[in-house]
Amino acid sequence: MGIKYLDEYRDVEISESIVQKIAAISKKNIRLMEVCGTHTMSIFRSGIRTLLPDTITLISGPGCPVCVTAQRDIDAFIELSRVDGVVLATFGDLMRVPGTKSSLQKESAAGSDVRIVYSPMDALEIAKKNPEKKVVFLGVGFETTAPTIAASILSAKEMGIDNFYVYSAHKLVPPALTVLMETKGVKIDGFILPGHVSVIIGINAYAQFFDQYKVPSVVTGFEPVDLLQAISMLVEQVETGKPCLGNGYQRAVTSEGNVKAQSVMRDVFEPMDANWRGIGVIPGSGLKIRKAFEPFDAQKMFNVETTDTKEPKGCACGEILTGLKIPPECSLYKKACTPTDPVGPCMVSSEGTCAAYYRYHDSD
Amino acid sequence: MCLAIPSKIVEINNNIGTLDVDGVKRKASLLLLEDPKIGEYVIVHAGFALHKIDESAAMETLKLLREAAAKVEQRH
Ligand code: SF4
Repeated sequence: MGIKYLDEYRDVEISESIVQKIAAISKKNIRLMEVCGTHTMSIFRSGIRTLLPDTITLISGPGCPVCVTAQRDIDAFIELSRVDGVVLATFGDLMRVPGTKSSLQKESAAGSDVRIVYSPMDALEIAKKNPEKKVVFLGVGFETTAPTIAASILSAKEMGIDNFYVYSAHKLVPPALTVLMETKGVKIDGFILPGHVSVIIGINAYAQFFDQYKVPSVVTGFEPVDLLQAISMLVEQVETGKPCLGNGYQRAVTSEGNVKAQSVMRDVFEPMDANWRGIGVIPGSGLKIRKAFEPFDAQKMFNVETTDTKEPKGCACGEILTGLKIPPECSLYKKACTPTDPVGPCMVSSEGTCAAYYRYHDSD
Repeated sequence: MCLAIPSKIVEINNNIGTLDVDGVKRKASLLLLEDPKIGEYVIVHAGFALHKIDESAAMETLKLLREAAAKVEQRH
């Protein structure tokens, strides 16, 4: 049995026809950036890169949440896992990210209580069942994830659970787009904007960015037809010289987004300046827990010290996240750095660009 | 991190939905949805339903794409 609204968007005939259209209209050499890590994986997995004409180069952006998490935050996670009585709950991708001296996986092997969860609600459940423990959930993700974590904090408050904490290292997508446009040495002719971030924030959230830069931008989903459709829309905009802010994911994304999720997110978090790996501090690009929810704020309730934070030597992750480099241009790629023995986060995360290249790129 | 597979709500219990994904049942919080109903298709992320799939938009997009595909076929 087919899955509704899925098989159709994997339709080979439709895909082929879009590829033919792209080939017919594409004249200029252009670079399109996919800003979402899940898009990166879908593009590689479906082989879309090999179907496109030579005029089109796809580059990956800063859309892997684990990859853009600052090294100082990674080190703080590791320190937190060492605190007596703490259970660290995290999405699995963070386990193997190398901090300056250790990783959560190593800490876990050494006796720390680190648990992989699928949802922040699972972490809340652990807190409920273990009142003598302090359960800290690592809040890493974009606007898709932030409301789920905000909802878990609201639930904790409602249920009177006082041993649940969140370390908020969330990042926001629109402020990062501006930085990408301003980065010297990176030419981006169009953006494939994230699908599920946009489900939450809506097309309107990009309006200010688009009005400022007038760069072709299309939101889309994760299936081959979605992605090809977005690429075709972008190529058309470039060729006709008429950039617009398009929605290629109308079955899931509206202009105003998920208003309820936005308000849950706003209730719990307020914007702050955030430090991105390889990019630095971007004004207003992070989320911190509001004062009213301070008892749930791990950064306030645990005073972990991180000194001597250093990014892995020789790792070009930062340049890869802004489109300045591609993984084969890193001297450690496939040599010192592999998925089994990763040096940087871009090789660890299933959504990291280096991991995607390693798995699917066989031409070098 | 993003699961793009549309899941159908088959049961609702105190803001927790039982979802069916191609025959496999799992639970997700419905706290972030406005007015969820049984039978609707939703997108799930980190244990939460985030959005209802707009069925008419899904069908409309497919129709347009099929028509475009048919046109390309004719030309070749
Ligand atoms: S290959 Fe490894 S060391 Fe090089 S940029 Fe990627 S993650 Fe960093």
